[in-house]
Amino acid sequence: MTLRRTTVLAAALAALLSFAGATQAQAPDWKKVRIAVEGAYPPFSEIGTDGKIKGFDIDIANALCAEMKAECTLVNQEWDGMIPALQARKFDAIVAQMSITEERQKSVLFTNKYSNTPAWLIAKAGTSADQSAAAWKGKKIGVQRTTTHDRFATEHFKNSEIVRYAKQDEVFLDLAAGRIDGVLCDSVSADMGFMKTPAGKGFARVGAPIDDPKIFGIGAGIAVRKTDTGLQQKLNAAIAAIRANGTYKKIQDKYFEFDVYGQ
Amino acid sequence: MLHGYGASLLEGSLLTLAVAFASLAIALVLGLLGALAKLSRLRPLRWLAQTYTTLIRGVPDLVMMLTVFYGGQVLINYVGDRFGWGYVDIDPFVAGVLTIGFIFGAYITEVLRGAFLAVPAGQKEAALAFGMTPRQVLVRVVGPQMLRHALPGLSNNWLVMVKSTAIVSVIGLSDLMNRSAQAAGATHEPFMFYLAAGGMYLLFTSVSEWGFAALQRKLAIGVRQVAV
Amino acid sequence: MDFDVILDSLPMYGQGALVTLALLALSLGFGMLLALPLAMLRSLPSPWAWRPVWAFTYVMRGTPLLVQVFLLYYGLAQFEVVRDSALWPLLRSAWFCAVAAFVLNTGAYTTEILYGAMRAVPGGEVEAAKALGMSRWTTFRRIILPSAFRRSLPAYGNEVVLMLHATSLASTVTLYDLTGAAREVNSRFYMPFEAFITAGVCYLLLTFVLVGLFRAAEARWLAPLTAR
Repeated sequence: MTLRRTTVLAAALAALLSFAGATQAQAPDWKKVRIAVEGAYPPFSEIGTDGKIKGFDIDIANALCAEMKAECTLVNQEWDGMIPALQARKFDAIVAQMSITEERQKSVLFTNKYSNTPAWLIAKAGTSADQSAAAWKGKKIGVQRTTTHDRFATEHFKNSEIVRYAKQDEVFLDLAAGRIDGVLCDSVSADMGFMKTPAGKGFARVGAPIDDPKIFGIGAGIAVRKTDTGLQQKLNAAIAAIRANGTYKKIQDKYFEFDVYGQ
Repeated sequence: MLHGYGASLLEGSLLTLAVAFASLAIALVLGLLGALAKLSRLRPLRWLAQTYTTLIRGVPDLVMMLTVFYGGQVLINYVGDRFGWGYVDIDPFVAGVLTIGFIFGAYITEVLRGAFLAVPAGQKEAALAFGMTPRQVLVRVVGPQMLRHALPGLSNNWLVMVKSTAIVSVIGLSDLMNRSAQAAGATHEPFMFYLAAGGMYLLFTSVSEWGFAALQRKLAIGVRQVAV
Repeated sequence: MDFDVILDSLPMYGQGALVTLALLALSLGFGMLLALPLAMLRSLPSPWAWRPVWAFTYVMRGTPLLVQVFLLYYGLAQFEVVRDSALWPLLRSAWFCAVAAFVLNTGAYTTEILYGAMRAVPGGEVEAAKALGMSRWTTFRRIILPSAFRRSLPAYGNEVVLMLHATSLASTVTLYDLTGAAREVNSRFYMPFEAFITAGVCYLLLTFVLVGLFRAAEARWLAPLTAR
């Protein structure tokens, strides 16, 4: 290649790199925090008609940032890619009803929990309340991929066909259409995200709420990178603060008639 | 009808178009270079182009996108840490455009290669017999004729590209597909929203096809179209 | 990166690969069956023949495959009247919905490829056939189609590879193909890189085989047309 062409190419490459947008170094003082939310898990996280994300998780995230006196940016991220994106430093924290489990703690660091809601098995109203693997033999159970519900269903309902979906609302769509016989998911998501909507008429909870700490963990926490212990401590302090000063209750009451913090 | 999600869908459409056009620019350049390399007499060039097209065409767009976005970021982090650059972010838009442009450069290489081969051999031979340099043959004789043959393949790939932009939703870009899915999920009315999204893409297609037809007519001047 | 887990999961990938190949074969087979008559209709002079075909390819090429799959699978199931109809046993099945969407989609694209190749057959050959008194059908069978198939090899090769990648969309409607297997591994072991790179390698191998087949086909059938 001629010298001229090489120079042009080098200039183009340099331009491209600068176009990639260098940002300031993330100093560990956490004045700016990027938080990932899912946007597809009503009522915790959903996209409104104006295209903006809203929900319980969003309000909690904003409240925590106000408490930490940090400037927060919310980033929309698909559930499947949450942890890899965190590792790749796309954002600094995940606020998406992510349960604190041993498995996940191998890859990320969690704060203390900020909510804890049990799992429900739901099906057409009138289905027997039997939750045993034998009762569900040969039936189809829908779950959202990569969730604790997926894990529980796979381990517990060994004789059933587990059908996996990328988004929770796809699971509900297929339940309404009769393609699957039951769904294992979060209680609030089932109740407010489906059964209380027109599409969810005629469906009810099967048996008691399910709570297996080994699989479901002790509640939902905020995930951060393992090296960011500073951020974890700040978030923990903020969670305690909003619990104490009533902000948590105010946000909770906006969405729910019951306590979502749990034991 | 759209439960108020209309404006959101429109915003997503604009982003879809932006990604598509930016990717097209990159893909055309790469495609032309690739096709010329594949048809050249130099074995290393042919080998390089062959590896490019085979590798890219061998891996699904989604996997490529994830690799560029997460893997590329990890790579830049590593290099950045070495040089003390601080944190350099790969903007999702840039990652998406680079990935899609890179992917479709390979497909367009094949289309252009097929188009070059479709120009009657005699044209190139006659031009060379007249004493034209290979560059002149390309620019004055083979190139213009090649374009006419390339159009169906190019139009196919453009259309595929516009729709492939949907995968950028995986890396957080709120394009048309992403927003339709959100709306469908929130309202439990998938039919309405996917129909609306389909309608929007169809609109993009209409304009594109009209443009390609006009281009085809212009390029086919002087060529008899025989009816069967 | 830990690949021991991947080695243990290879049977899952194997199962997924079989599903992918089945989807590909069904889609391409039925797609070609659909495309041949449509391409011939498309090249006829009468508007009653070519307009409907044009409209079909227009809509199918104009909307993303993902939208088509979702409309068929989720969209139709939304309606009570569909769920009570005689078609429900078919529409209920994810396999049927996915394959139907793929067939319609690749059928449309292949129609356009064949049609473009038919038009590229030198006019003189067609006129000579007419002068010799060949019927329209004989001209198709002996002059146009053989030539068109040859010329469409590069573009059709593209289409086959694109279809291979498109089958990964089947995993979005609960089917357990190669991408579905990767997602399963990711879901169980939280290892997205290893899981998806393995799937990528599998797709790459499959593509190698397909590209090799097409290159052999081109060498046999298209090479006579190139300039030496």
